[in-house]
Amino acid sequence: MIITDLIPVLVLPCVLTVLAIFLGEYMAKVFNGERTLLTPLLNSPEQFLYKIFGVNKNDEMSWKTYSWAFIVFNIIGIVALFLLQILQGFLPFNPQKLGPVHWDIALNTAISFVTNTNWQAYSGEQTMSYLTQMMGLTVQNFLSAAVGIAPAIALIRGFARKETSTLGNFWVDLTRSIIYILLPLTLIWSLVFVSQGVVQTLHPQIDALTLEGQKQIISVGPVASQEAIKQLGTNGGGFFNANSSHPFENPTPLTDFMAVLGLLLIPAALPFTFGAMLKNRRQGWAIYASMLMLFIIGVGLIIGTEVQGNPLLEKIGVMGGVNMEGKEVRCGIINSVLFAQSTTATSCGAVNSMHDSLMPLSGLILIFNIAIGEVIFGGVGTGLISMLAYAVLTMFIAGLMIGRTPEFIGKKLESFEMVMSIIIILSPALLLLVLSSIAISTQAGLSSLNNMGSHGLSEILYAYASTAGNNGSAFGGLNAGTLFYTLTTSLAMLVGRFSTVIPALAIAGFLATKKIVPAGIATFPTTGVLFIVMLVSVVVIVGALTFFPVLTLGPFIEHLQIFAGKAF
Amino acid sequence: MLQVKRAVIVFVSFSLLCGLVYPLGITAIAQILFPYQSRGSLLISGNQCIGSELIGQMFTSPKYFHGRPSATDPAYNAGGSAGSNLGPSSAQLLEQVKERIAEMRRENGLSPATPVPADMVLASASGLDPHISMRSAMLQVRRVAGERGLPEAEVELLLRHYVETPLLRMWGQERVNVLRLNMALDTRGNNHTIN
Repeated sequence: MIITDLIPVLVLPCVLTVLAIFLGEYMAKVFNGERTLLTPLLNSPEQFLYKIFGVNKNDEMSWKTYSWAFIVFNIIGIVALFLLQILQGFLPFNPQKLGPVHWDIALNTAISFVTNTNWQAYSGEQTMSYLTQMMGLTVQNFLSAAVGIAPAIALIRGFARKETSTLGNFWVDLTRSIIYILLPLTLIWSLVFVSQGVVQTLHPQIDALTLEGQKQIISVGPVASQEAIKQLGTNGGGFFNANSSHPFENPTPLTDFMAVLGLLLIPAALPFTFGAMLKNRRQGWAIYASMLMLFIIGVGLIIGTEVQGNPLLEKIGVMGGVNMEGKEVRCGIINSVLFAQSTTATSCGAVNSMHDSLMPLSGLILIFNIAIGEVIFGGVGTGLISMLAYAVLTMFIAGLMIGRTPEFIGKKLESFEMVMSIIIILSPALLLLVLSSIAISTQAGLSSLNNMGSHGLSEILYAYASTAGNNGSAFGGLNAGTLFYTLTTSLAMLVGRFSTVIPALAIAGFLATKKIVPAGIATFPTTGVLFIVMLVSVVVIVGALTFFPVLTLGPFIEHLQIFAGKAF
Repeated sequence: MLQVKRAVIVFVSFSLLCGLVYPLGITAIAQILFPYQSRGSLLISGNQCIGSELIGQMFTSPKYFHGRPSATDPAYNAGGSAGSNLGPSSAQLLEQVKERIAEMRRENGLSPATPVPADMVLASASGLDPHISMRSAMLQVRRVAGERGLPEAEVELLLRHYVETPLLRMWGQERVNVLRLNMALDTRGNNHTIN
């Protein structure tokens, strides 16, 4: 490796930070209902939509109503997407004449896309019609992102407001997320993608006759429009089976850069929105800095492990043991692992390399990123939510240390907030560990494995980390299309999503009713380096304590075995 | 009940906006602004589509540069992209790679101890990778030139013409598009016979 290889690693955080500040401030204005750059253009469509919806934008909701709206909207989304897949054979925009999706795959996919997970137990180009891709999957890419942003905004309001019982209006927040944030960004992204060669057509697949005279069928479709929101909404469900490693999803270095930037952008901007809406921008910076720190540590580790190469390959004659299995030449090692780190730190789940084929310790870092609960930027909305849950836990610990009632940004933290935060932090971990235990002790769980030895355990761990954390990337060798896996991962995705959002709304509801306590001389400052270091440490320690034993048995043992020259 | 009715209306409205208006609008704009790219960057010769410049093809003939191993079934199946998903400690992977290394050495007249570039013997993520590294291409120059009766220097010159560079020299890798290079070789060969 030469030092210039590391330039992308330095460039990305700089570009990201600048754009995130601007977008974060913009989003704060959008959700405060203030005038923005796009208001002249978008105000009338916005009002028009409220009229159709029968929504008065000044109608405020309690946390219970807000949660109810969230739940109802998600159920409708699941039912509609399920039916669309079952009925796609009778519907238009299906040039390949694809039949109905099998019920358990359809159910799994419906839950997966509605919960912003985008776990895929199917192969896109061979299963889903163009109509399903557009009206089903693309729609949920927008909606699941928007309904992720909305509760995060409600939570921010919970901190910012005092002595009120309301958190805003779910339908207004949803609408504004889509038309002021997601649609304008996806417009830019999809056109850049198309200009580089990402396909966007309704034509059926192409029959080519190769240079050597072989028949080659080339799948195409309305890809760019879906690709844009797939990245920006941290969805990650590819149009094609190979996801962002497919040349039609990610053909050039520019699309690769835009893909990585896109999936990080909104989650990275939300801490700044938090700061702006609190009118305490230093607080936003502190949260952002904590996330960035965790991100950079992960990038450093994963580059270190992957660049080292595979000694087993080197021994049989592969130059430098470079681990190019499951990677594309245009991405190479560095950009593949940078993408992998970004997609697992956020809850995106798009991949430009096959994570199953990464070195064991790289895989370990990815599982850890997901399993700590999508806090390193995290999913759109849910990332900020989970990080604030960790912040509440951190302030509780700090409160114990200095012997004062814990408070955070002027709000006293009581047992209710603590319980809810712990539900947010621990439920994905619990799901991961319990479901993995079931999988490794049953034939149904083990028969799906693609790799033997401890790598097999990693495949299972990754599957449940990914679904419980609503990430959606996979160690793709695992056959996730069996009834056992479609049902258990569906459960993980549902519980993972709702156990993050509903407790967050409950916290928001309780915090909003409280007074804001002015900062005193004994208040623990939450904008300084001390807070950032404590927050990062709490995240790492909780994660390490929860997952260290099982990660030792999976990726860590595989690492030792490889360096001892063993294969399975 | 109010929220349920409202949820249905909101869902239907956004399904139309994000599921039809948006993708069809982008399709229309894309077809106008980027007709070549949006349809798949297709290479047409006469009436026949040869393939897409972004999608790799299977090359076995010694007179062509060869691309990367592909884990799709059959290889380079652009209707069913996939990687092998074999882990780094997989014995199956090691067996496959050993065979590919032996073949690579045999085809290109390399000594049994020569290390082989990773991209030539390890399968790509999509199974459709259109590129190989510069080093892998250079290793094949002698074979291709010999088969075509061209001077090695000429093939190498052509190869250098088809090198694609990273974005602003920092994002991505230096690489060679195998299909475009092979098409250029064929064209050049024809010119040769005409001259």
